[in-house]
Amino acid sequence: MYAFDYHRPSSVRQAANMLKSNGEAKLLAGGQTLIPTLKQRLAAPEVLIDLNGVEGLDVIELKGRTLHVGAMARHADVANSEVVKEAIPALAALAEGIGDPHVRHCGTIGGSVANNDPAADYPAALLALGATIHTNERKIGADEFFTGMFETALEDGEIITKITFPVPRRAAYSKFPNPASRYALVGVFVSKRGSEIRVAVTGAGADGVFRLPGFEDALSKRFAAKSLDGLTVDADDLNGDIHASAEYRAHLIGVMAKRAVAAA
Amino acid sequence: MPTVAMTVNAKSVSGEVETRTLLVEFVRDQLRLTGTHVGCDTSQCGACVVHVDGRAVKSCTMLAVQCDGASVTTIEGLAANGELHPMQAAFREHHGLQCGFCTPGMIMSAVDIVNRLGVPSEETIREELEGNICRCTGYHNIVKAIGAGARVMNGGT
Ligand SMILES: Cc1cc2nc3c(=O)[nH]c(=O)nc-3n(C[C@H](O)[C@H](O)[C@H](O)COP(=O)(O)OP(=O)(O)OC[C@H]3O[C@@H](n4cnc5c(N)ncnc54)[C@H](O)[C@@H]3O)c2cc1C
Ligand code: FES
Ligand code: FES
Repeated sequence: MYAFDYHRPSSVRQAANMLKSNGEAKLLAGGQTLIPTLKQRLAAPEVLIDLNGVEGLDVIELKGRTLHVGAMARHADVANSEVVKEAIPALAALAEGIGDPHVRHCGTIGGSVANNDPAADYPAALLALGATIHTNERKIGADEFFTGMFETALEDGEIITKITFPVPRRAAYSKFPNPASRYALVGVFVSKRGSEIRVAVTGAGADGVFRLPGFEDALSKRFAAKSLDGLTVDADDLNGDIHASAEYRAHLIGVMAKRAVAAA
Repeated sequence: MPTVAMTVNAKSVSGEVETRTLLVEFVRDQLRLTGTHVGCDTSQCGACVVHVDGRAVKSCTMLAVQCDGASVTTIEGLAANGELHPMQAAFREHHGLQCGFCTPGMIMSAVDIVNRLGVPSEETIREELEGNICRCTGYHNIVKAIGAGARVMNGGT
């Protein structure tokens, strides 16, 4: 790990000012992606700005029919929150399935979303639930937020403060975890809210998380696993690696989507 | 260099560290508490698990400066008055270790599991051990030991 300066601001405003006044600065949230990256010298920021001293960034609450999850809410907090389990049980279950208990004690929703790992779980939930990403400067819809592998619409100096989710009528997430890392080899999140159906896939896309309009259309006729019979996904746009070929991932998307619909 | 102060195994400690010093380096190299092991240094194996403010974390994936003001428990902090902690005793009783390299992390994780879940089922114990790798035992006796330790920690025998 290269040396860096370390700051621990106590407010979002302070953190934002530090980000702006330091060229090569990075935010530190749960550290479960960033610290391994620093160790491998894949990143070498001059300054780390630790968000763990900022109060109130981990609040989870239901306001009307919208679930608010603070950026610093840990995966374990989301998994165990009675509010989340009541409002969007599929989101609590997704958080429970991330990594292992130690990772869940540290890792945050904000860090996961900002990182946009193509095999991460949360991006699928945000995209399928039509969530909104709130930053210190603006609000960004999930459809605009995830712009490519490890790429997001966040500008330099922007800090995610919370994610809001409209509460769906039905939702479920089904993941085929990589047996070693627990990251998604393929994960499919489905949701139904009023007449709107959304299906999002993580783990498989060459550009990260993506929606499946063909599956969504079929499910709007009838929201049942059977409606997906015969639908296939083109392997050309998918990832193939040592863990699974693109063709296998294409097949898994169909299987995981049906399981998610059946569970929703 | 920044100075950090924290409570480790109920004792106040402080020391100068680099900002990039990991918690596990501070604990092992500066405090000389070498029970906490480094197995992988890549956040996979769980040999380095300690409790920070009551939660099990991988100390190779946390900076010492982040723990300024925190309360840390390592494997050395479990035994009290010369008596093994019930979970340590259960690992000995049920032969939950062979070479012992993974054991400190296993036991710190096990205590955390019981603190959160009481007396978990065998299936739950196996799921909860996702972040702890053992290269010797095949896990079976570790799972048995955790079940037994959990019962004692919850007032059983
Ligand atoms: C062994 C292991 C297994 C894992 N398994 C899974 C898994 O199964 N599924 C899964 O989805 N993930 C998995 N992860 C990743 C884990 O969920 C991370 O916690 C997560 O990806 C990053 O969150 P963090 O809070 O740790 O962020 P950090 O590592 O602290 O930061 C990650 C990035 O986000 C930026 N950032 C952080 N917070 C903000 C913010 N509020 N605003 C703007 N930018 C911000 C940081 O600057 C950094 O670039 C695993 C990690 C490990 C080590
Ligand atoms: S040494 Fe920390 S997880 Fe392996
Ligand atoms: S006892 Fe040897 S690694 Fe677990």
